[in-house]
Amino acid sequence: MTDATLNGELPLSLEPSYLGAGHSLASWLTSTDHKRIAILYAISITFFFFLGGIAISIVRVELFTPEADVVSADTYNKLFTFHGIIMVWFFLVPSIPTTLGNFLLPLMIGARDVAFPKLNLFSWYLNITGGLFTMYALIAGGVDTGWTFYTPFSTMFSNTHVIAAAMGVFIAGFSSIAAGVNFIATTHMLRAPGMTWFRLPLFVWAMYATSLVMVLATPVLAVTLLLLIMERWLHLPIFNPALGGDPILFQHLFWFYSHPAVYIMVLPAMGVVSEVITCFARRRVFGYDFMVYAMVGIAVIGFFVWGHHMFVSGQSAYASIIFSFLSFIVAVPSAIKVFNWTATLYRGQISFEAPMMYALGFLGLFTVGGLTGLFLASIPVDVHVTDTYFVVAHFHYIMVGGSVSAYFAGLHYWWPKFTGRLYSEAWARFAAILMFFGFNFTFFPQFIAGYLGMPRRYHVYPPEFQVYNVMSSTGAVVLAAAYLLPLFYLTRSLIGGARAGSNPWDATGLEWQTTSPPPRENFAVIPRVTQSPYDYHPVSEAPTSGRRKAHGGSDTE
Amino acid sequence: MSTAPRVLREPWQELSRQRQGATFGIWVFLASEALFFGSLLLLYTVDRISHPQAFIMAGRETDIWYGTINTAVLMTSSLTMAVASQAAEADMRRLTIWCLSATVALGMIFLVLKGFEYAEDFDKHLWPGINFALKDPAAQLFFSLYWTLTGVHAIHLTIGLGLIGRLIIMGGRRRIQLRENPQVEVTALYWHLVDVIWIILYPLIYLMGRS
Repeated sequence: MTDATLNGELPLSLEPSYLGAGHSLASWLTSTDHKRIAILYAISITFFFFLGGIAISIVRVELFTPEADVVSADTYNKLFTFHGIIMVWFFLVPSIPTTLGNFLLPLMIGARDVAFPKLNLFSWYLNITGGLFTMYALIAGGVDTGWTFYTPFSTMFSNTHVIAAAMGVFIAGFSSIAAGVNFIATTHMLRAPGMTWFRLPLFVWAMYATSLVMVLATPVLAVTLLLLIMERWLHLPIFNPALGGDPILFQHLFWFYSHPAVYIMVLPAMGVVSEVITCFARRRVFGYDFMVYAMVGIAVIGFFVWGHHMFVSGQSAYASIIFSFLSFIVAVPSAIKVFNWTATLYRGQISFEAPMMYALGFLGLFTVGGLTGLFLASIPVDVHVTDTYFVVAHFHYIMVGGSVSAYFAGLHYWWPKFTGRLYSEAWARFAAILMFFGFNFTFFPQFIAGYLGMPRRYHVYPPEFQVYNVMSSTGAVVLAAAYLLPLFYLTRSLIGGARAGSNPWDATGLEWQTTSPPPRENFAVIPRVTQSPYDYHPVSEAPTSGRRKAHGGSDTE
Repeated sequence: MSTAPRVLREPWQELSRQRQGATFGIWVFLASEALFFGSLLLLYTVDRISHPQAFIMAGRETDIWYGTINTAVLMTSSLTMAVASQAAEADMRRLTIWCLSATVALGMIFLVLKGFEYAEDFDKHLWPGINFALKDPAAQLFFSLYWTLTGVHAIHLTIGLGLIGRLIIMGGRRRIQLRENPQVEVTALYWHLVDVIWIILYPLIYLMGRS
């Protein structure tokens, strides 16, 4: 037998894993098992990720030269709109919560499933229905409003399939709300005995904070899109300025959701990184309490900064000043988290397995994204770079450099738990490095082009920006390769990968105490929790030698 | 089916906890709904502050009789729903079914009256557009919100009717046990939300311009 049971432990039970609980398609499509639903989500968001990726690849090809040589202006508008809508609502928002979160939240708190398993499955169907509407909009001819659907263009002037796309996002929003309600109720009601609030892994706190934002922000988006549909479809004047309506109000409502949505994307990433960094630095997380307060703080303050998207929209100057101030404030808890991760690394026994490399990539890219966010929170700078590639680079550093890196960190970290198999570590490390390199190659030049004045959303541009665009487009090729690689080596691991054993990383946390892949019931017996999370070693016994201690959570009791 | 299936479901270990969880979950969802209607009310507030005269003029065009009778109908349905919820707790199955049916009946009366009111509004050219009855363009904003708010409320109410109807059919045929079933409480809370929203809409729509 070549199967590696790394901790020398035997499977705790002979129950079949959740993967063995039925092999028909119907057994997957009607399953209320949170683990299977997580896999359904993983498949659908991967599909949407590559769909959105194809759209932006054509954009990057077009931008290789200053002239229009691949697509027309209209097609270009439709491509970046489709990229934005798909990536935001069908990849980034559901990405970590509905895959990693769905799979791990019950495992991490010692529960058998989420609080409302049927609602969980229903939320996936809602998400797919929304996706079908959006794809219909694409096939029928596309949408050209940008992902922000600004009125009055979207309601009165655009000749594209705005209603179908808005309807798709509207429906997908309810899938978000359902997931949020489910996660909040699960965290409150289904924690195992001894799993107190301040013993929760930070990933669980991240899911909790994210769910709060999902539940309280998404309905506002739903209303905004509903009003847009009413105005466009039934011709009810709502934002129409000719009759005294206020298009700026649409922007307020839209960003009241869409700024907190950034935290829906990045809070889960912070949760993943907290788990990965502690494991591969073999260190207790630095400042656990402040990590929790910081996440809740981000979730709350994040609701009051939306006006920084509207500095040049004509909102009151006083409003802009307040929003600017609050946008600086919301950076404080994020900074606390960056410092705490860094402090966690201090005197750690760091090893560079693939998940850790993705997580360290997150740390650097998120910091760059966050700091450039402060540039943009400052009104004079923002006025200068509004609607330029500087903004595009900034939010891609947060959403792609931050969230997508963390998604890959989590995917690799928990892959052995999901599938019971080990992937090729060498290929995974290579992909992690390639992704970091490709990402910076793609997006760093956009900071410069944007600062020099290149506007976003144009398919032609002055020739002096070509050098930055060529860099960006070349980097995008590297990045695309880096995103395709995991598809191959992770799939390969399913067929011939070595058995992972329950706990291949020697990590703490309840999810590592059950078998890999876990049985349908998650745990044979509901565990009893007696320790804080991240019990890698006591603070007073900071390791002095470079040798990793085998320290497997409850095994040491 | 002689014995109703057990109420306790995976992943819950005990029924009391499951009931707590279901009630907690619906409250979280109601918070979400509060933001949903809250943003519509924000829109109403902003438009009303910007166009006070037009809103007064437009508000007088609504039919206060339909509005008031419907308010009474819906409040009564809240009563029957509350009684149904308590009756289910006390294991009074027939009273529960009877009260749930009364709630559905009252909800349907509300929708029928609302339908007559909508027909009257159409006849009076109160649908915004070229043939709109009032001269002030901002009056169209009021009626855009009127149709949107009452329409969204009616959709919520219809979903509520579906949920209660399900309880009646499943409970009546003993496919589910109504006593201690968290679905009764959850449905009741949702129904009360629909009523509370109407209590807020009633003065904003029907008492506007009539003081």
